[in-house]
Amino acid sequence: MSEGGDESAGGQMDKPGAPGRGVARGAPGRGVERHPDRRLDDASDDGSGRTPVPFTNPGLAPHVPRLADLDKTAARRAERQVSTLFGVSMVATVVFLVAYFAIDPKRYTFIPGIGQASLYNVVLGTALGVSLLCLGLGAVHWAKTLMPDNEVTEDRHLQRSSDKARREAVETLVSGSSASQLGRRRLMRYTLGGALALFSLPLMVQLAGSLGPLPRGDLSKTFWRKGMRLVRDPDMTPIRASDVTFGSLYHVLPEGIDKSEHVLEAKAKAAVVLISLPPGVIKVAKEQDWSVNGIVAYSKICTHVGCPVGLYEHQTHHLLCPCHQSTFDVAHDCEVIFGPANRPLPQLKITVDTDGYLIAAAPFLQPVGPSFWERG
Amino acid sequence: MSPNSTPKGAAEVRAHDVPPPPERPKGAKALGGALAGWVDDRTGTAKPATHMLKKVFPDHWSFMLGEIAMFSLVIVLVTGTFLTFWFVPSAGQVIYNGSYVPLKGIAMSEAFKSTVDISFDVRGGLIIRQIHHWAALLFTASISVHMFRVFFTGAFRKPREINWVIGTTLSLLAITEGFTGYSLPDDLLSGTGLRAAEGFIQSVPIIGSYLAFFVFGGAFPGEAIIPRLFTGHVLLLPALIVGLFTAHIVLVIVQKHTQYPGPGKTNDNVVGYPLMPVYMAKSGGFFFIVFGVTALIAALVTINPIWMYGPYEPNAGTNDSQPDWYMGFADGALRLFPGFAELHLFGFTLSLNVFIPSLILMPLMYTIAGVYPFVESWVTGDKREHHLLDRPRNAPTRTGLGVMALSFYLILFIAAGDDVIALELDLSINQVLRTLQVMLIAVPLLSFWVTKRVCLSLQRRDRGLVLHGHESGRLVRTAEGSFFEVHDPLPERERWPLVQYETFKPLEQSSRVDAKGVARKSTRRERLRAKVSSFYFADTVDSVTPAELAAAAHDGIEPGPDSGAEVWVGQLHGGADERPKTDAYAPNAQAAEPPESSTR
Repeated sequence: MSEGGDESAGGQMDKPGAPGRGVARGAPGRGVERHPDRRLDDASDDGSGRTPVPFTNPGLAPHVPRLADLDKTAARRAERQVSTLFGVSMVATVVFLVAYFAIDPKRYTFIPGIGQASLYNVVLGTALGVSLLCLGLGAVHWAKTLMPDNEVTEDRHLQRSSDKARREAVETLVSGSSASQLGRRRLMRYTLGGALALFSLPLMVQLAGSLGPLPRGDLSKTFWRKGMRLVRDPDMTPIRASDVTFGSLYHVLPEGIDKSEHVLEAKAKAAVVLISLPPGVIKVAKEQDWSVNGIVAYSKICTHVGCPVGLYEHQTHHLLCPCHQSTFDVAHDCEVIFGPANRPLPQLKITVDTDGYLIAAAPFLQPVGPSFWERG
Repeated sequence: MSPNSTPKGAAEVRAHDVPPPPERPKGAKALGGALAGWVDDRTGTAKPATHMLKKVFPDHWSFMLGEIAMFSLVIVLVTGTFLTFWFVPSAGQVIYNGSYVPLKGIAMSEAFKSTVDISFDVRGGLIIRQIHHWAALLFTASISVHMFRVFFTGAFRKPREINWVIGTTLSLLAITEGFTGYSLPDDLLSGTGLRAAEGFIQSVPIIGSYLAFFVFGGAFPGEAIIPRLFTGHVLLLPALIVGLFTAHIVLVIVQKHTQYPGPGKTNDNVVGYPLMPVYMAKSGGFFFIVFGVTALIAALVTINPIWMYGPYEPNAGTNDSQPDWYMGFADGALRLFPGFAELHLFGFTLSLNVFIPSLILMPLMYTIAGVYPFVESWVTGDKREHHLLDRPRNAPTRTGLGVMALSFYLILFIAAGDDVIALELDLSINQVLRTLQVMLIAVPLLSFWVTKRVCLSLQRRDRGLVLHGHESGRLVRTAEGSFFEVHDPLPERERWPLVQYETFKPLEQSSRVDAKGVARKSTRRERLRAKVSSFYFADTVDSVTPAELAAAAHDGIEPGPDSGAEVWVGQLHGGADERPKTDAYAPNAQAAEPPESSTR
């Protein structure tokens, strides 16, 4: 190796007792006889205890000239190749410019390998790509065939400054700080420290204090109130209990949510799935109590990180979250039977109003959606 | 001069004339020279500029990976600037009435509408948008691959630890920048991603709900998050990335590029080609190649067709919801982390099943990556500067650890597509997930072990090659009737890369008595260090020394029979007496000792 192994003496290597890099690679001198029992892949010890003499760097291989260096025809050919690439690039640029104005951007065409696609996008992109690519390929080909390929060697130097320069830096710092009298004047030092520690507070307080309102229990409340009708999402029509057939599923919102002040924010918490289970499927008494003839309503917001739980398996009565595959068993009060969620989906207690429409018998009794510290 | 001074000869009169200026170049050259002179008069940059132009960079395909990252950064900056001219970072609701018929009459945010407009109504907007997105994917991908190149070749060693830390920070910033970017269009997929992000923030112990309200400016989704993401995406993060990237490049220039070991290449030199003209053309050309390839992909492959996803609605979900690839591992972690990790204590909820995979894992992984150079230098005790790269096989433990980290990452990445795997391969999602959970623990450990063994084997193979040379295919029969194959020794320059590396030996625990013979306690630190060091270096394979090579050539490189008619070039190998005595095929020890002259 060319880097001297002796330089390895880092600070702690010199300390007595510090573990050292034990290079105990004993090695035979030249022409030492091979020990009969020694494995060939074990160079660690031949018993002589001497430091092995490593191979020496053979130095750069002799330069091999390229064809274009020796043969004028080859060089001219390379020049032609490079110029052709540059020429193709120019042509492609012109194609881009023409296509930009000539092709109708709304036009969709069948393009083999892609299918129906915007001809405009394909032509513009391809022309741009070819123009850039040929420009680049031309430059690289030029460098590889015609520019000098003699390897050049540059020396490296240790990264660290000289001892003298380092000493000077330290002295400048020390003398400067003593000239500032910071060390002597304690009152000034402490007040400076205090001022520096505090100056950023106004900015941080302004930022943190104005970024958003405090939650104030907002995460625990939804738009649902007692007596609100369940309406279909997205056409906002109420649902008659008698219209709900076994096994059907509705995406449901509370009536009037589209008129609320913050529609998306309200929907983000109030979305509900309504599922009609055949008789005998429901296994939990509370779920039965909160349902209407086997029609149950559960929060659609996953208790993991809040994706809408949209996939329902009719056969197994499982609700599956499309984001991280948490699976909830609707027959068992939506408890988690698989996946990363921990809590069941909260159930919305429903009943029927005098007209036979489904209504909420109570708001959600626990926070919906992903967990947070104070939700209990 | 006074008028009544003594008259002078013509020669004397002309003595003080200014000599005529040397012939000046004309045309463009003159203009360039004048301009350079004008700049140098005011800045004095001629010397540093010359130094820079003459700077030597080594050549290797793997050094191109970082270049891809650099150039794709330029591409995203250019195309991103274009996009800001048309994108409207607002969550304000509008009704779409543009040229894409399926969305007509649908309520959507201005952010979504302007993105659809860019895709359909701004001439050439779609190609810019697609180049931007593809280049962003390429940026994050090339950073990752570049990072692995640096890791596996040990390029992070002194003096480049700072640049390694800058690089890991850049990688983290790049994926954050990517996330803020693909969240901006406010489409159904990215909105679902933001919904999940809000869930992550809520899971922070104690202050989670406050943090979420601060970040989103109130309840989710709110109207603040899109403009805030926009500021982060076009100002804050790019400024950090460009600043750190500049520092990254300046350090590369100051410290000079590393190089692979090879003939003529030492720790004290750089062998390669000068910036002017070779790398000007090669690198400059490569920028256009990267840009051109990105444009071609953008022309031919659709990415993120947000008009097909539709605008974000918090009550609508989507199947196959996968984030962009660089966020995949975090999403996978979220899927694999078991739900029972959510704790309900004293009336509070500690949602570790979300908090750990979403907000702890990524910073933790990056911290581990960032501190690795310091750990390794502590283990080796090596404080020298290293400018020659390691071949990965010559650092078996490091390579093993790297592959271990890589396989851990890959399993998480695969887990992000567990639903797609289950669907496409017709498997049960439950089994896929359980399998991945087991694999997440088992595969990294296994990969470490396998990789390390493979490295050690490759090292032994190198040794074998150096010691025995190339098989020549020529068989020789000795007078006794044994057959040997002649092996040609490796040429010096082919041999050098295989023998140039050095090995570390495990650190020994220091003696238990001090210099005066008094018993001293070895500190816990020392014991730990000795242990880790032995984990790293207990089974190193040393490089071949000349003496070993000489000893291995036991049959000698010798002339043929005395007649000299036939000359064997090379060594003789493959005979039975080369086998160790324990080998069943070794010459029978009971039988007569093989005659000393058998192969001589």
